[in-house]
Amino acid sequence: MSGRVLRRHLASRAMTAVVVVLSFTAVLALLLILGNLVLKGASSIDWAFFTKSPVPAGQSGGGVANAIVGTGIIVGLAALIGVPIGVAAGLYLAEYGSGRLGFVVRFIADVLNGTPSIVVGIVAWTFIVRPTHGYSALAGSVALAILMIPMLARTTEEMVRLVPHSLREAALALGYPRWRTSLKIVARTALGGIVTGCLVGVARIAGETAPLLFTALGNLNFSADITQPMQSLSLQIYVYATGPFEEWHRLAWASALVLMGLVLIISITARWVTRQRYGRVR
Amino acid sequence: MVASANTRLRLEAAHLTALFGQHRAVRDVSLLFPAHIVTAIIGPSGCGKSTLLRCLNRMHELTPGASVQGDVLLDNVNIYADDVSPVELRRRIGMVFQRPTPFPTMSIYDNVAAGLRVNGRRRSSDVDDAVARALQQAALWDEVKDRLHTSALALSGGQQQRLCIARAVAPQPEILLLDEPTASLDPAGTQRIEELCHALKRLYTIVIVTHNMQQAARVSDYTAFMYLGSLIEVGKTNELFTKPKVEQTEAYITGRFG
Repeated sequence: MSGRVLRRHLASRAMTAVVVVLSFTAVLALLLILGNLVLKGASSIDWAFFTKSPVPAGQSGGGVANAIVGTGIIVGLAALIGVPIGVAAGLYLAEYGSGRLGFVVRFIADVLNGTPSIVVGIVAWTFIVRPTHGYSALAGSVALAILMIPMLARTTEEMVRLVPHSLREAALALGYPRWRTSLKIVARTALGGIVTGCLVGVARIAGETAPLLFTALGNLNFSADITQPMQSLSLQIYVYATGPFEEWHRLAWASALVLMGLVLIISITARWVTRQRYGRVR
Repeated sequence: MVASANTRLRLEAAHLTALFGQHRAVRDVSLLFPAHIVTAIIGPSGCGKSTLLRCLNRMHELTPGASVQGDVLLDNVNIYADDVSPVELRRRIGMVFQRPTPFPTMSIYDNVAAGLRVNGRRRSSDVDDAVARALQQAALWDEVKDRLHTSALALSGGQQQRLCIARAVAPQPEILLLDEPTASLDPAGTQRIEELCHALKRLYTIVIVTHNMQQAARVSDYTAFMYLGSLIEVGKTNELFTKPKVEQTEAYITGRFG
C-alpha cells in the first residue's frame, strides 16, 4: 500500500471515528435525561399518580391527574385551532404562494417560528387574559396554537413541495379544477408527511411551559372548564420542582417522566405513520 | 393537410404561437387534426412539439410566464375565447404524459374513476361500467381485473402507462393527446401502446408527439415535422417518409441531423 493510499485510509478512519463519537454524544444527552428521569421518577409512579389530584402541601400521596387531563385538554384544543390554520397556510404557500403575498406569509411564519415562546404567552395574556379578566385554559391553547401554526405551515409546505409536479399536471389535464387538484391529489399524496408534521408540532408544544404561565396559569385542583385556570404537566413540574417540599420534588420528577413519555409516544407515532405510508408506496 | 371528405374537422391550430416569457417555442403554426385520425408530431428535442401539444388542451398556460397567441379551434370554437373554461375543455381532451403518473394514493380503480368523478359521475354502477370499459380499451383489464382495489403503484411501468391511458379515456374525451407516451417504456410496452393507438383511433382523434420516427411511421396516418418551433412539413405519413417535399424534412428523417 503506497503512502498516499495509507494516508487516505487513516484520514477516512479518523473522520469516521470523529463522526461516531459526536453523534453518540448527541444521543447521549437524550439517554442521560431519560435515564435520570426514570431513576428519580419511576418509583413515584403508581396508580394513584394517574388517578388522584394533588393533596395539600406537606402531606404525602396524591397524584397529578389534574395536570395530565389538563395537558390533554390544552394541547388538544391548541391542535384543534392550530392544525387547520397551519396546514391550510402551508398548502397555500406551496400551491399558490409564489407571489408577493406568499413571500410575506412565509417571512412572517419564519419570524414567528423564531419568536421566544414566552413572548407568545405575553401576547395571549394581552389579547385574551386581560380583556376577559381571567386566566383560562383557552388562552393557553391559543398561545400554544400560535406557536404551532408557523411550524405546521412550513413543514406542510415542505411536504407538499415534495409531490412531483407531474401529478399536478396529470390531475389538471384530467379536468380537475386547481383547488381540487391541491386537495384531492397533492395534499392527499403528501398526507403522511403532513400528519407527521402535525404530530411533531403537537409533541413540541406539549412540553411548553412559558406560554402557559400567563395564560392557563395552573390549578391545584381538578378542572375541565376551559374558561378557568387549568393545570398542565409542564406547569406542575415548574411549581413542584421549585417548591420547598421533598414530596413535591418527587412528584415533579415523576411528572417529567410522564410528560417525556407522552412526547415520546407522539414522536414514535409520527415515525410510524410515515413508515407505513411510504412503506406501502415503495 | 388535406382531409378526406368523410372525416369531420375536429381540431385545428391557426397561426398558433406559444411563448415562454419572450422565447417563442412554437412559431405561427397552422395545423389540422382530422377526426378519428392519428396525427404524429415529430422533430428533434426542443423543436416545440410538446409545447404545441400542450397548447391544444391549454396546459401550456399553466407554466409560469407562458402565453399563447393565435387560435386553437375545436369544432370551430376558439378554445382560447374568454367564455371557454380551460377546466371544462380539459375534460373533453384527454392527455397522457411521457412518464406514467398514476395517483399514488389511489387504487387502480380509483385512478381510472378519477376523471369520471370530477365530471360528476357518482353512481357506482355507472362508474363500475365506465372503469371496466376504459381498462378494456387500454388493454389492461385482463391483467388487473382481479386486483382493481390494490395500489396502482404496484403495476409495472408499461402497465402504469396503460392505466394512465385508461384514466384519460374513461371520461370519453373527444381527443386524446399523447406526449411521448412510450419514452420511459421497454420495447414490449412500447409495442402495446402503439397497438392501442390503432385500436383507439376508431373512438378518438389522436395526436401523438414522438421523437421516434419509426413510431410515427407505425402508428400515424398523418405526420407533422417541426423544427425550431416552426411547422416545416405535414402530410400523409407514408408520403412524408418516402417523398418528403422539404429539404429539412428529408435531412431529419434520413438521420442527417436531429
